[in-house]
Amino acid sequence: MTAEPRIDGATDVASLPAPFVRWFSKRGWSPRAHQLELLSKADSGHSVLLIAPTGAGKTLAGFLPSMVDVTQRPKRRPGEAHRGIHTLYISPLKALAVDIQRNLETPVSEMGLPLTMETRTGDTPSHKRQRQKLNPPDILLTTPEQLALLIASREAEQLFADLRYVILDELHALVTSKRGHLLSLGIARLRRLAPGLQTVGLSATVAEPDELRRWLVSQEKAGAMSELISVEGGAKPEITILDSEERVPWSGHSARYAISDIYRAIGRHQTTLLFVNTRSQAELVFRELWRVNEDSLPIALHHGSLDVGQRRKVEKAMTANALRAVVATSTLDLGIDWGDVDLVVHIGAPKGASRLAQRIGRANHRMDEPSRAVLIPANRFEVLECRAALEANYLGAQDTPPLIDGGLDVLCQHVLGMACAGAFQADDLYLEVRQASPYANLDRETFERAIQFVATGGYALRSYERYARIRQTADGTWRLSHPSIAQQYRLNVGTIIEAPMLSVRLTRHKGRGANVRGGPVLGKIEESFLETMVAGDTFLFAGKVLRFEGIRENECFVSNAPGNDAKIPYYAGGKFPLSTYLADQVRGMLAEPERWQALPDQVSDWLRIQAEKSVLPRREDLLVETFPRGSRYYMVLYPFEGRLAHQTLGMLLTRRLERAKARPLGFVATDYALAVWSLRDMGRMFNTSELTLSSLFDEDMLGDDLEAWLAESWLLKRTFRNCALIAGLIEKRHPGKEKSGRQVTVSADLIYDVLRSHEPDHILLQATRSDAASGLLDVKRLAEMLSRIKGRIMHKRLERISPLAVPIMLEIGKEPVFGEAQDALLAEASDDLIKEAME
Amino acid sequence: MSQTALIQTDGSSHSIEIEVAGERIVCDQRGVMFIPDLRLLTVSDLHLEKGSSLARRGVFMPPYDSGATLLRLQSVIACYDPKTVISLGDSFHDGEGAARLPETYRDHLGALMSGRDWIWIAGNHDPHAPADLPGDTAGEIAIGALRFRHEPSVENGHGEIAGHLHPGARIVRRGRSVRRACFAADGDRLIMPAFGSFTGTLNVLDEAYNGLFSMAAFKAYMIGRDRLYAVSGKALCPG
Repeated sequence: MTAEPRIDGATDVASLPAPFVRWFSKRGWSPRAHQLELLSKADSGHSVLLIAPTGAGKTLAGFLPSMVDVTQRPKRRPGEAHRGIHTLYISPLKALAVDIQRNLETPVSEMGLPLTMETRTGDTPSHKRQRQKLNPPDILLTTPEQLALLIASREAEQLFADLRYVILDELHALVTSKRGHLLSLGIARLRRLAPGLQTVGLSATVAEPDELRRWLVSQEKAGAMSELISVEGGAKPEITILDSEERVPWSGHSARYAISDIYRAIGRHQTTLLFVNTRSQAELVFRELWRVNEDSLPIALHHGSLDVGQRRKVEKAMTANALRAVVATSTLDLGIDWGDVDLVVHIGAPKGASRLAQRIGRANHRMDEPSRAVLIPANRFEVLECRAALEANYLGAQDTPPLIDGGLDVLCQHVLGMACAGAFQADDLYLEVRQASPYANLDRETFERAIQFVATGGYALRSYERYARIRQTADGTWRLSHPSIAQQYRLNVGTIIEAPMLSVRLTRHKGRGANVRGGPVLGKIEESFLETMVAGDTFLFAGKVLRFEGIRENECFVSNAPGNDAKIPYYAGGKFPLSTYLADQVRGMLAEPERWQALPDQVSDWLRIQAEKSVLPRREDLLVETFPRGSRYYMVLYPFEGRLAHQTLGMLLTRRLERAKARPLGFVATDYALAVWSLRDMGRMFNTSELTLSSLFDEDMLGDDLEAWLAESWLLKRTFRNCALIAGLIEKRHPGKEKSGRQVTVSADLIYDVLRSHEPDHILLQATRSDAASGLLDVKRLAEMLSRIKGRIMHKRLERISPLAVPIMLEIGKEPVFGEAQDALLAEASDDLIKEAME
Repeated sequence: MSQTALIQTDGSSHSIEIEVAGERIVCDQRGVMFIPDLRLLTVSDLHLEKGSSLARRGVFMPPYDSGATLLRLQSVIACYDPKTVISLGDSFHDGEGAARLPETYRDHLGALMSGRDWIWIAGNHDPHAPADLPGDTAGEIAIGALRFRHEPSVENGHGEIAGHLHPGARIVRRGRSVRRACFAADGDRLIMPAFGSFTGTLNVLDEAYNGLFSMAAFKAYMIGRDRLYAVSGKALCPG
């Protein structure tokens, strides 16, 4: 969508009320065309999607219709009942809501507008929340979770009866997740409470604007869309790829080689924002920068695991322009104003062209000046990926993921929430839910099963009827069976499932296990990471090298470790898969040698030698190389479909190879390639047709093999756990209220095993499978690939490892190997015992 | 303490023979204990009807846990054909559990019990005899040098076979953590793993186990996919 904004003759400054005109002219500003256009469209009763780059005055545009409308509302007479909320502003981040309020306060007070504005987040004290329900502000700035709580309360009807506008900020970020699903259901409910409601969506550029336009309006009329205003980006960003004198590594993600280049770039700019893809990368880069920071430049670290106080300090310093550089993860992705950033450094490959564009947009919040950005590929494949992303950014290509159907687990949560708000008729709620675009295709039977799930768990064996949470009464309405259930609902609302985290507390006492008194809390780390450590292990966190001392209750105790060497935290979160679009671009680049001129010499040499020693695949083909090494035989393939899809493929291939008696031992997957090793020579098996590539890669692996593997997969168990938490089958863990011991709680794994063998069609297993298809297992993408490569598999049997295979071969040993590894570790521990006995 | 790995006659299950207070007993990977000389099978913490127990407060676990537990029990009983079965307490998740047991499961349990001596040891979840079920009930019984009770006693553990704690053990190797239910033993005392389908574990290094074992001789027999793994206490991790 690149159409120029069309400006009607009617929309000029004259359409603004006097205080607004005065304010603009006093400041020597004039309203931008899209701001007036949005006002005019909203004025004629439309919902609107505004797509604009950062710095285009999006926020003011979004609020203008509400501000004008509130100003024109007649004054409340003394004695008249409190009015409900006029405008709801919803953003994905608490901090963003707070930030926006701060930014709006200035124009509101300078214009002397008679409106009240308040935030409501998880941090809002309960007395203030109570007061907000009785005497609500005109404009309430909040988050999707708070909205879910508000509409599930008995006061919802009164609170939202006067609602005119809902402004949805960073809509592109909200709609792709389950939070977006829950939010869409919440807005469907708001439309029922306030039928004249209009929505305003604010978004960065996306691949399919029409999906968002449908999302913004009721789908009662199938396919209905909001109006669209699209603002062209300002000056083209100046993006370069670091062309380092240093050798670009074959593999890994640390980008250590480029640290002095990065440090010099920081020195040349006012404020630099360094984006990385994972928190562990952030820790590492931060550490390395300080190691070379001879001028003691103020360089800070910001990621979601750090203590809130620490993060706020960094944000404040950033706004005050007191920092020269901040190393950050996606916590800084969204539109908070971060002062005068004049350089964005992106470390590691961007993984998606749209994500890169949005991150680069963080530099220079003035639209008419070009943003400046440097991409730092961490290894050779990333050089290709960065080049592809760079070309995409110039071309304006977009690869935001397509929207998926609303989750059934989210629907279950919403149904319980609506029962908390008051009695409902199933027919009415069904029609209401289908107005939300993610649920527009929901069939009645599935909806019915969601209700049954909420009532008694939805099991075929109906043995829980007498304990039902909601019950159908004689008039057909469903009612909550006990008020305590609403309380339970409030504690479990929301769709953000955080991995269980432990606070990290710094102590001064070394080597005394967890029997120490506390010092300051540095932040939180996933329990699953801490579980892999034993006392004395060291790791990087909060910019320090820490020694693991022990765990007591919900806290992990650490001490400062001398020296610089540390195990690096591995975080499950924050790793994005390579987008389909970029994958295709990278394959295209491999296939077209004339495009290699744009690559650094060392990388184009690498590709040239690959072409000599082996072969480079054509764009649509899949290259499979086989070669012996040591006492094993390797098969390396290059699908470029992202780590998740490759992991799934690896699991399925090893099952098949096992059946074909190739005796596979393990595999490892990266974003670009997959390597499998075995005791028998797979290349020979292909050549003698003992095993054919077409049968090995046949799409039917997604049938029975997938099903059989899924039964065991820990990935699916984790997905199930998330669905069960969101749907309310198991309760969220609340800090300080954890059960005393593991033996009391029923683990999600146990539930999954029992459910799978007794009721494989249960609604939560259905939700789990569809999540897995697009999420952790990326089955959908794998299916597309298998169909693409049919008849296009190119096998190259080699004497030795090829240049292209080097990066993934280096990953072996660094990445976890899948399969029967858990029992193998137990066997090892057991063997130690025997050894001990024999000595 | 002798330790030999042996394979059951059906060839499918791996067991480890250990000594407790001089008596030879077999720990089976499926979570049960067998004394061949007496043809005595012991199983602990079945927690039958845990699902319906939780349902009473609006938490709806799949209502199939009793069925799943009984099926697994059936397979070990078929394998050993014991003369006597001891259910070592917490056989039902709560006092009314036996009364709630659905008809089909009640019949299933009845079939497993028929033709053998069956002893229900009282547990903290089910202090009284299960309603309308055959079998004898006891707080504690002694057979030879062994004493069978639900909760391990602190004072005198010699020859004690207990349950209650749901022992589990954890090892950390090569940057990975593996946690499994286990038999916990030191040659003097044995604590059995929980057998029920919805039962979790409590790490043997938790303070709840303080004073129960002599650490020098302590071993965890961790339940693997198809065999038991004997792991020295020193190799275990807390948590």
